[in-house]
Amino acid sequence: MSDYLDLLGLPFMQRAILAAVFTGFAAPAVGTYLVQRRLALMGDGIGHVAVTGVALGLLTGLSPTWTAVGVAVIGAVVIEVIRERGHANGDVALALLFYGGLAGGVLITGLAGQSGARLQQYLFGSITTISASDVVVTMVLAAVVVVVCLGLAPQLFAVAQDQEFARVAGLNIRVYNLLVAVLAAVSVTVAMRTVGLLLVSALMVVPVATAQQVSRTFRSTLAAAMVLGTLASVGGLLLSAAAPAGTRVAPGPTIVLLALAGFVAAWPVGVWLRSRRRLRQPFPVVEAAVHATIEEHPHEHGDECGHVAVPHGDHVDYVHGGHRHAPHGKHYDEH
Amino acid sequence: MSASPETVIELEQAAVAIAGRPILRGIDLSVHAGEFVALMGANGSGKSTLVRALTGLRPLATGSLRLFGTPLDDFKDWQRIGFVPQRGGAGSGVPASVWEVVASGRLTHRKLLRPLGRRDRAAISEALDVVGLADRARDGVSNLSGGQQQRVLIARALAGEPELFFLDEPTAGVDLPNQHVLADTLETLSQRGSTIVLVAHELGPMATLIDRAVVMRDGRVAYDGPPLASEQVATAHLDGHHHHHAEPERHDHAPHIGSPIERDHR
Repeated sequence: MSDYLDLLGLPFMQRAILAAVFTGFAAPAVGTYLVQRRLALMGDGIGHVAVTGVALGLLTGLSPTWTAVGVAVIGAVVIEVIRERGHANGDVALALLFYGGLAGGVLITGLAGQSGARLQQYLFGSITTISASDVVVTMVLAAVVVVVCLGLAPQLFAVAQDQEFARVAGLNIRVYNLLVAVLAAVSVTVAMRTVGLLLVSALMVVPVATAQQVSRTFRSTLAAAMVLGTLASVGGLLLSAAAPAGTRVAPGPTIVLLALAGFVAAWPVGVWLRSRRRLRQPFPVVEAAVHATIEEHPHEHGDECGHVAVPHGDHVDYVHGGHRHAPHGKHYDEH
Repeated sequence: MSASPETVIELEQAAVAIAGRPILRGIDLSVHAGEFVALMGANGSGKSTLVRALTGLRPLATGSLRLFGTPLDDFKDWQRIGFVPQRGGAGSGVPASVWEVVASGRLTHRKLLRPLGRRDRAAISEALDVVGLADRARDGVSNLSGGQQQRVLIARALAGEPELFFLDEPTAGVDLPNQHVLADTLETLSQRGSTIVLVAHELGPMATLIDRAVVMRDGRVAYDGPPLASEQVATAHLDGHHHHHAEPERHDHAPHIGSPIERDHR
């Protein structure tokens, strides 16, 4: 145990924890807006394009982080423009970018004379080799993403919810759409070192999907997703560090699998909550129709009887064996 | 009526083309403050396109549009306009509560990076009261029925406290009790002096509220005058002879595989 604490005290581990906190907090913030616009896979597309950016960095000797940011932003803007211009064939365009980005990245890495292992650091993350300057860049970019996502939340929400309404409300929807695309590109590159470009979308989308299982409002979804993302990325990192000596547990996949485990745990709760809500939805009030009465009833309905109580106008109906029993004086009416 | 009331919409010789095909041609329409106008016509007659042109969502190919006396290009007073789009569902990929959707209608009054003020919150709860959904404010929008969702969209427009409302088929797919609630809401708005431009296929319970009917036929105004009985709408023509033109191509939802940057001109 003390070995484990010593490990956490090492500088590389502390850098990794810092990067995990900031990444886990920022990625789901953008992810929420992407999911709201049903663009859950956009992060994945940008991630693939960013592979080319990393490879360009390796080829030219520039920082792969910054070349990845640049190429990812260009890729995100291209995806957004295609999405705006076409619609049904937008996914074909996305596919073209996906594969072009990935193939270009692998090809250029080879040209640069770098091994696949070097590229793999970016594809699947290598949070424990992150340098001090990379940590600073990660923190600054993540902070920018969070500030913009929360500060412009009313505008971004309106644009993602209903573009036409937002436009008639005087918002420049193209600017906001591009802003979301650029934010997504920045968070992809921020998360690149943590979970890797091929898994980055998971950290943006899975916490949102988990939060949705239990939340009914946008704000609570956003907040819960950011908390869940942080828990998953820090938890995954700590778990992988706790692996026994001799086994090699990569932090990136551990983080993603932990996030997925959270979803698997929340899903049945969501199913239960939704069915409960449906059952208790008030019955519509319709003009009084002829109804039968039940004189003999085995028990008195109430809070304790276990039958679902559903509001119906000014009274409560108890759902009992496919019937709706409404208390009426000493007997029950069939409603 | 002393002086003639302000003209809030002035559309002159307007034409709208979609993908190069002329859809609306030669439309002149002016609407005065406080009027309740119904845009009517068959499917594909151009009534929704017209309302989209009036809100600036669809550019004019020719002609001019002035809103509150200002040419559309210079128009900045968007808080004077409330738009209720044609929409079956108000849902999206992430749950949103009724209150949140209605609150987004307040955007026209909010400055960047400012939280909601007391005035904003009052307008939001008033809008919810008018459409009778105050008790559902915390519920998810996607849990509501179609008619209730339509009322949420009206409340969203209402929250911005506009003077001019555009409603695109608010009663489509809405049952009769909900249509009555909608009609009551519109009556309240109209009595407060709002100008209302409503696109409708069938007026239903709203028929008694209308001041003026504009009937579209094949992209032209076929009738503009006092309200018509619904059976007259189908026969209101500019002239007696019928030319049948192909209806504008409707968008279908089957996936198109084509060149990705080809505009699809929706």
